[in-house]
Amino acid sequence: MTRSITDSNHEERETVISAQNLTKRFGSFTAVNNITFNVFKGEIFGFLGANGAGKTTAMRMLTGLSKPTSGSGIVAGFDINKQSEQIKRNIGYMSQKFALYEDLKVWENIRLYAGIYGVPEQEIEPRTIELLTNLGFENEKNTLVKSLPLGWKQKLAFSVAIFHEPKIVFLDEPTGGVDPSARRNFWEMIYDASDKGITVFVTTHYMDEAEYCNRVSVMVDGRIEALDSPNNLKEQFGVSNMDEVFHRMARKSSRKSD
Amino acid sequence: MYKDSFDNEYTVICESVSKRYKKHTPFEKTDVTALKDISFKVSSGELFGIIGPDGAGKSTLFRILTTLILADEGNIRIGGRDVISEFKTIRNEIGYMPGKFSLYQDLTVEENLNVFAKVFNTTIEQNYHLIKDIYVHLEPFKKRRAGQLSGGMKQKLALCCSLIHKPKILFLDEPTTGVDPVSRKEFWDILKKLKNENISILVSTPYMDEAALCDRIALILNGEFLKIDIPTNIVNEYKHQLYSVKGKQMSKLLKDLRSLPYVRTSFAFGDSHHVTMKDSDFDINQLIKSLKQMEHEDIRINEVSASIEDCFLELIVENSLKG
Repeated sequence: MTRSITDSNHEERETVISAQNLTKRFGSFTAVNNITFNVFKGEIFGFLGANGAGKTTAMRMLTGLSKPTSGSGIVAGFDINKQSEQIKRNIGYMSQKFALYEDLKVWENIRLYAGIYGVPEQEIEPRTIELLTNLGFENEKNTLVKSLPLGWKQKLAFSVAIFHEPKIVFLDEPTGGVDPSARRNFWEMIYDASDKGITVFVTTHYMDEAEYCNRVSVMVDGRIEALDSPNNLKEQFGVSNMDEVFHRMARKSSRKSD
Repeated sequence: MYKDSFDNEYTVICESVSKRYKKHTPFEKTDVTALKDISFKVSSGELFGIIGPDGAGKSTLFRILTTLILADEGNIRIGGRDVISEFKTIRNEIGYMPGKFSLYQDLTVEENLNVFAKVFNTTIEQNYHLIKDIYVHLEPFKKRRAGQLSGGMKQKLALCCSLIHKPKILFLDEPTTGVDPVSRKEFWDILKKLKNENISILVSTPYMDEAALCDRIALILNGEFLKIDIPTNIVNEYKHQLYSVKGKQMSKLLKDLRSLPYVRTSFAFGDSHHVTMKDSDFDINQLIKSLKQMEHEDIRINEVSASIEDCFLELIVENSLKG
């Protein structure tokens, strides 16, 4: 499981997420069971698993929203046990339920998040213009977010999540429900962010999207049961696509809650 | 039951249905067209899929078909009955699972099921055979509150509740959205079994891979049906030669493919890119040569047949060309 961490190709790379024996228990139920892994700078890391496998709980610990029962972790250079506030300031987060305010205009949403994440006052305006130009949203600056098409909201939500140039952006099922064309446009934005050195930590139920990741982990019953590049995983299981890998892995599950 | 001149039995007949919403904000008043001239029929025991992204109009259509809202135009018969004058009877004869989880979160699994059975004047025992295969998964948690269930379990409970009165027609609005691939497969296996009970099923989904599991599908985008047919016909009608292209640097490869003047479309498709050419007599060696000039290594190009997702992307491309 930890093979790729010691892989010689990765030795030189900066680690931006490091989880050591992370465990979270709720009463007698162990939601996340002793997981250990590293994620490197600029990597697109796919975090896969069935519903109820423990992905959300693990992600909540990594983003400083929940304290582990035991184990330790460093995210963006900060300790998840002691420095959760610093972690929150240094990461970006986007879920399927975008955190955009529907009744605010496009520029107002950008302004609001820039303020919350402490982007220096004098940088906000030029960077807002740059963002709108890159997205081709120049004419939508004063549009209320609720009247934007879903695919556009999604692009805006992602741009807002990385506006403060975080080291890592966490994406929780970012592409659920959008059309196949918008889904692909969105992944091209993810590639661009990764090219700029932003680490992308992403969960998805679309197995073709798992192929776009540099490495993926598969959680089963609270444990990380596999972690490697999509190609190596397919080779290891002797199958032709990630969907089959996922089905093989999930069969190991004994959790009946899902 | 309504029969046409060929003696086909249709459980759902939808003719030229349109729906507009008035959207009032403090700043503007606009008309939004949610559905445009939708017509289709569903046969008895058929599994009919409505495939399309969020915002395409799927839920609006489901709410019209289940008598919850009225269409602006068009005629609809559900189980042979008129959707306006006979809405009360229709409600007794159909099952509806809305896209948003709508069971009582504070009641247990068992209590929810009992509520639905009682509302429809039946008992769990009477139609247990219909839900048995699904309920065995839920049984260990029957004393658990519905709000405490995981996503996949909530979905199974909702399906049980929509089946407990033995409906003739089942309307499932995005039952698998946000559900992992394994639970999705389980859910579709259950639907296949229900077909054997001669229940017509209308199911909507944003997942293109689920289209192949339906008897017939409609592809919906921006409130319009772009195509209605059996899945194999839709993929067979794909009119371009499709190539899968792989290389070492997939991200750069996609951008470079798009920059080539003879490439018509290029989309990322899992571990390869799917590419069509402007010219149907295109010599593929030219592409290999261009990519080598752009310093791509390990280029692999194969002719592939189209999937439903390729067809949907093609329809989006054609639509955007139309303006």
